[in-house]
Amino acid sequence: MILRRLTGWPSWGSGWNPFGEIDRIRQEMNWLSDALTKGFLKESSAGVFPLMNLTEDKDNYYLRAELPGIKADDLDISVTEDSLSISGERKLPAEDEKGTYHRREREAGKFSRMVTLPGPIESAKVDARCSDGILTVVLPKAEAAKPKQITVKAS
Amino acid sequence: MSDSEGKALQAREKAEVTTPGEQLKPGLVFSPAIDIFETDKELTLVADIPGVKAGNLNIDLKEDVLSLSGEVGPPEGANEADLLREYRTGRYFREFRLGQMVDQSKIDAALKDGVLRLRLPKVEKAAPRKIAVKTG
Repeated sequence: MILRRLTGWPSWGSGWNPFGEIDRIRQEMNWLSDALTKGFLKESSAGVFPLMNLTEDKDNYYLRAELPGIKADDLDISVTEDSLSISGERKLPAEDEKGTYHRREREAGKFSRMVTLPGPIESAKVDARCSDGILTVVLPKAEAAKPKQITVKAS
Repeated sequence: MSDSEGKALQAREKAEVTTPGEQLKPGLVFSPAIDIFETDKELTLVADIPGVKAGNLNIDLKEDVLSLSGEVGPPEGANEADLLREYRTGRYFREFRLGQMVDQSKIDAALKDGVLRLRLPKVEKAAPRKIAVKTG
């Protein structure tokens, strides 16, 4: 008699899924945590050209910008102790006058932008390179700004 | 054009592609900005694809449909933490249906500084083909 009672419960086939509620809550929590974390790195809409990504690790700041068609000579980069300025001009080579454009989505023009860095840098050791249309600037942090390990002495 | 040289360049967010069907690999797909220019002899297509190296670019012309697809390597090192992210990175994809016959053997592609320049020469007028109708 006891065996029969045990096998009769729970009845999955009846249509009520006890895990359905939990599934729904889990999906909502996932959605909520996505909205929160992605919100911090939100993109600025139609900001100033060029759009930049700034990252850091222990020793350096890295600044990247997408600048297709711009050669190193067309760019002017200058740094101070805590900020970086990029300016230049994007030129599009003139095409044959006898033809017609079907699409014209690329633009030309001047740009100039300054970005403040979160901490001081060694301006003498900044390295900038431009390859495949991506500019990467490596800015070494000033010694005072690097995180230092503190050894805890056991007393 | 002389008037565009003086004005400031506006920043544009990259247009994300929503393709029907799923991509095999996860990641964002963007539609690159493209200029298409046509003369009597050829079509020129210029695309902004920063971050794509020549080895990662695929250009396909099949039955009048031209497909461009380019892979981008991960730009940041693994240990880097984000401070400011104004643009996302992902591969590029765009397709065009070409109106007229392009001579496939003479297509010329050059990739420099993240800009792809495709020259598609037009085929000389194809001779009209007569199709014989068999009566049986």
